[in-house]
Amino acid sequence: MKSLGSIRRDFAPWNDPNAKPYIQFDKVTKKFGDFTAVNNLSLTIFEREFFALLGASGCGKSTLLRMLAGFEEPTAGRILLDGQDLRGIPPYKRPVNMMFQSYALFPHMTVEKNIAFGLKQEGMPGSDIEKRVAEMLKLVKLEQFAKRKPHQLSGGQRQRVALARSVAKRPKVLLLDEPLGALDKKLREETQFELMDLQQELGLTFVVVTHDQEEAMTMADRIAIMDKGEVMQVATPAEIYEAPTSRFVAHFVGNVNMFEGKVAEHTANATRITGATGAEIVVDNGGKAAAGSDIVFAIRPEKIKVSSKKPADAVNALEGEVYDVAYLGDMTVYHIKLDDGQIVRASALNASRVTEDPLTWNDRAWVSFRPDAGVVLTR
Amino acid sequence: MNSTWSRFNITSIVLGFAFLYLPIVLLIVFSFNESKLVTVWGGFSTKWYVSLFHNQGLMDATWVTARVGVISATVATVLGTLAAITLTRYTRFRGRVLFSGMVFAPLVMPEVITGLSLLLLFVAVGLDRGFFTVTLAHITFTMCFVAVVVQSRLVSFDRSLEEAAMDLGAPPVKTFFQITLPVILPAIISGWMLAFTLSLDDLVIASFSSGPGATTLPMKIYSQVRLGVTPEINAACTILIAVVAVGVIIASIANKRREIQRQLDEQAAQRG
Amino acid sequence: MTDIAATAAPSTETATLPARLAKGFVNRLVIIIPYLWLLFFFLIPFIIVFKISLSQTAISMPPYTPVLDFSDGISGFLAGFRELNFDNYTWLTQDALYFNAYVTSLIIAAISTMLTLIVGYPIAYGMARAPATIRPTLLMLVILPFWTSFLIRVYAWIGILKPEGLLNQLLMSLHIISQPLVILNTYTAIFIGIVYSYLPFMVLPLYSSLEKMDYSLVEAAEDLGCPPIGAFWKITFPLSLPGVVAGCLLVFIPAVGEFVIPDLLGGSQTLMIGKTLWNEFFSNRDWPVSSAVAVILLLVLTIPIMFFQQAQAKAQEQGR
Repeated sequence: MKSLGSIRRDFAPWNDPNAKPYIQFDKVTKKFGDFTAVNNLSLTIFEREFFALLGASGCGKSTLLRMLAGFEEPTAGRILLDGQDLRGIPPYKRPVNMMFQSYALFPHMTVEKNIAFGLKQEGMPGSDIEKRVAEMLKLVKLEQFAKRKPHQLSGGQRQRVALARSVAKRPKVLLLDEPLGALDKKLREETQFELMDLQQELGLTFVVVTHDQEEAMTMADRIAIMDKGEVMQVATPAEIYEAPTSRFVAHFVGNVNMFEGKVAEHTANATRITGATGAEIVVDNGGKAAAGSDIVFAIRPEKIKVSSKKPADAVNALEGEVYDVAYLGDMTVYHIKLDDGQIVRASALNASRVTEDPLTWNDRAWVSFRPDAGVVLTR
Repeated sequence: MNSTWSRFNITSIVLGFAFLYLPIVLLIVFSFNESKLVTVWGGFSTKWYVSLFHNQGLMDATWVTARVGVISATVATVLGTLAAITLTRYTRFRGRVLFSGMVFAPLVMPEVITGLSLLLLFVAVGLDRGFFTVTLAHITFTMCFVAVVVQSRLVSFDRSLEEAAMDLGAPPVKTFFQITLPVILPAIISGWMLAFTLSLDDLVIASFSSGPGATTLPMKIYSQVRLGVTPEINAACTILIAVVAVGVIIASIANKRREIQRQLDEQAAQRG
Repeated sequence: MTDIAATAAPSTETATLPARLAKGFVNRLVIIIPYLWLLFFFLIPFIIVFKISLSQTAISMPPYTPVLDFSDGISGFLAGFRELNFDNYTWLTQDALYFNAYVTSLIIAAISTMLTLIVGYPIAYGMARAPATIRPTLLMLVILPFWTSFLIRVYAWIGILKPEGLLNQLLMSLHIISQPLVILNTYTAIFIGIVYSYLPFMVLPLYSSLEKMDYSLVEAAEDLGCPPIGAFWKITFPLSLPGVVAGCLLVFIPAVGEFVIPDLLGGSQTLMIGKTLWNEFFSNRDWPVSSAVAVILLLVLTIPIMFFQQAQAKAQEQGR
């Protein structure tokens, strides 16, 4: 069965029209002076969802998170949590906790005291606090570090203390601001999976802000791609990658080849596109674009096959010359300069140790792809 | 980097420090001089220290100075810290320019002007000059130094610590006392020490704002110096220098040990 | 919401937070207490100085006749304007002593500032290039004399500079001079005193700007063919200018009004405005004239003080 769904196949409340939204941004605008950080944005997040806000710095994703935490108030619009309007509720009264990018561990308090801080604020009895702190330390595997101060911990340990501190109060929603940004690459990959396990275990709703697409793709149930204070697309990682709805999203996530063109005609189950430079492409998913309209055909490099001879059965095949080759170990990346001048990036998985059809600089080459390999974008 | 630590650099540092320290060293050496002539060595003696402790005037002045110093430094630390918070945290309020002007100007204001203006204020409002007015004057000019010291710490303060505390349920005032204050405490303490030293050291402002019965040590030393240099003053100065030096050295050693401990901890954390 | 926009700076994302929480009066108190203190003990005294500088000398206690007294109400206050007395200022312009004192003070402060810069720069440079491990110690050694009494440090120089003092003893025993040099009670002694006392104020800002500087910039200049001396003047010095400006202002402004140094080291022959003011006040008991002296001194220093505040504000911005 063909699917672009979620990996958690049983969890897709966004496809259920009766599902109750948990967090709702309702036409939210936030201005700082003349600068509009968030522009008339609406977004729905469901309970127990692992939701990622992905975008470049300055796209408004952190502002969105800070408005949810209560550090900023929207200039216009409403934010609802579990049906309750959050306007006017100060951060210290919101059932939301945040894990800060800098971790913001209190330097003068031990790990234990850091974790207990939030519990003390809500007036939990001492013995319960002790129990909860012990539980949290166990959860993040820092039992033997309870009496240490933050500066006596490594980066990874600090990150786990920050995490333990922010989930200790059992918030309705956990906000994570670039939670893995300060870790090195290897630790980051490990921690991604730990965070996912933790979210499953605690059954909390996670909203994570990140600029790292791999991080978002790995962890999130759904991703919102943001640009200039607006949401460009909200979808599962697979949909974002395989079915971007705009040039921006296609460009932002992964590598992509773009062909400018016009829709020439729609046939029964295919669409014929004429490239700006004359090449012809046949696709099976261009139905939405009107005949004669300007479109962009976007295709990922790994979906393009490179060969020295024209493949006999290919629907789409374009001829050119090898412009650049880069051997990356797991795959080889080709830049093919088509005869119309456009450069196409194609990547081939090195599935065996020897290449049957070796190509090198200036060789003639053909690029080919299936009709369902790319998407037609109208914006 | 060692190539840049050249002979020229070493020479300039050695000469510079010699210039800074030689007068003080000579002053200390001659406080142990047998001869009454301050500049002719007549053998080792501690008699000036003995006579110093029998000089009731100097002893009284020392006591006044210490009290003025402690009280004014403490009040100045509170006011200066508030001023520093105002300067860093409230970026816009009516009269902010005037406020920052009033904080920074006393740092460079010639003491004769500050002293004269405070004296005229005390006369205008009918305050009798004495211990109280010296203390008020010292609070006023030292609080600005405290403000600058604390402000420089607040500027580099990680605001997300406060946000984290509020996020975890602490209201703003509680956040200030449980998080902000403990974190900036070292700066506040060094602000206090600076204020105390400035108060201890001040001659001009004290001379203007003081009255009968509230002679501070610098005023006493000044009047004696004007009468002529005596080894007794050298002895008094030596004691003052010793007190300050011991204090500063203990503080910096403690600081250094904490720093080393911290580095060791951090290294240990990196390993484990 | 509009009220937030009006009171809080929208420049940074965090700026609105305190403003939003400022509704409580606690936050207002934080501003008001130091504000009122400084208004009452710093600003109002200057207004009083200005007022008294316009009044007449009287042989009484306090030794001046008040003008612009609010006790007579507004009409009395306005009437007071007609009685305003600029005699003290006229007096200052007529007596060449005051004019000379101002000019000499400015010149002495300027020369001393230059000398302090010349002495302080190599020290700060040497410190900034020292191995990182010993830099904190060197820094402490520069600050340490500052913690000892200023008066004591000036006093120590009397013993050195006197005709029968240590310097002359040393030079004569080395047969460099046959007659004792007269240094004490001259302008030279004042220069030495100012350079010595204010050296840490010059070294510290210089050090902090030199230490921040990326040394690879100099290496790059030398790599591109610039000799070391040229690299210093073209790269290092321009980059340390903020430190130079801050240091010079920190020395110059207080030096203009300096009292202790000219009084103890300069003797009765030298003329500086701080000393003049002191004598006018304590010896002649002429409060209105000394107030007028203070007002003019303040006017003379207004421009450098404004420069200083601008430099402070800039440093504050960069610190953020």
